[in-house]
Amino acid sequence: MLSCKQASQLISQSLDRRLSLRERLALRLHLLICDVCERFRQQLLLLRDMVHKLRCHAEQDADVQLTAAARQRIAARLEHSPKPESGSY
Amino acid sequence: MAAQHDWLTEHGDFLYRFALARLRDPHLAEDAVQDTLLAAMQNQGFAGKSAPRTWLTGILKHKIIDIIRKQSREQVVEDLGEDLPDEAGMDDFFADDQRHWADKPQAWGAPQDELEQKQFLQVLQECMNRLPTKLAQLFMLREVHETDNEEICKELDISTTNAWVMLYRARMNLRKCLELNWLGS
Repeated sequence: MLSCKQASQLISQSLDRRLSLRERLALRLHLLICDVCERFRQQLLLLRDMVHKLRCHAEQDADVQLTAAARQRIAARLEHSPKPESGSY
Repeated sequence: MAAQHDWLTEHGDFLYRFALARLRDPHLAEDAVQDTLLAAMQNQGFAGKSAPRTWLTGILKHKIIDIIRKQSREQVVEDLGEDLPDEAGMDDFFADDQRHWADKPQAWGAPQDELEQKQFLQVLQECMNRLPTKLAQLFMLREVHETDNEEICKELDISTTNAWVMLYRARMNLRKCLELNWLGS
């Protein structure tokens, strides 16, 4: 029988790798009788989902822009970079 | 030589947001955009093969990994002993017998509507900021960059087993932080 500690580790690893058949069965059995670990599992799934949402929001937030200074600095840097071989475009 | 200025004008903010969402540091994100456009200029011959934005984003992903790798190398010296991927610090979550939860995960509601979701994401952002740097970067590479584990381990020079342990620690800490700070319905 898995301990809660082992179960929580397998739940986390199930997000990173495919568990073996033996691990999956042991975990399923544990989750059938342990509400706390099942709750933990659902919270990790929600966490993953929300981290993805956080990324999407961050990517679409039109208020987040390069500052004028950064833009100028990058433009200047590009200006002074070596030119590519001719004929490459 | 108008092309790279157009890239900066047309795609600069997009690339910056993409980088910031992953690196979470404005200066590093600016560096990533600059490195990307420089690399793109050197390889303009490849540009025609896909839409510029797709092509530039592909370059940017590599630059972001480069930056995280460089940082994690620099941190090795500072963090030695502190962030070793053993189970130090995890014992508090479990009882003395190391089997049962000492600190049972409490129920918290998933955000129900748009406002709650916004609040939840703010708390999550805060909690991410509190993770130790190395854990946060690994977690970001895994969850935000959607890099697979083997690739992460190769990039950051850690074993897969260590990566699992570190990702476990990151999730345990984030979950706990959300429990303490998210007052869901």
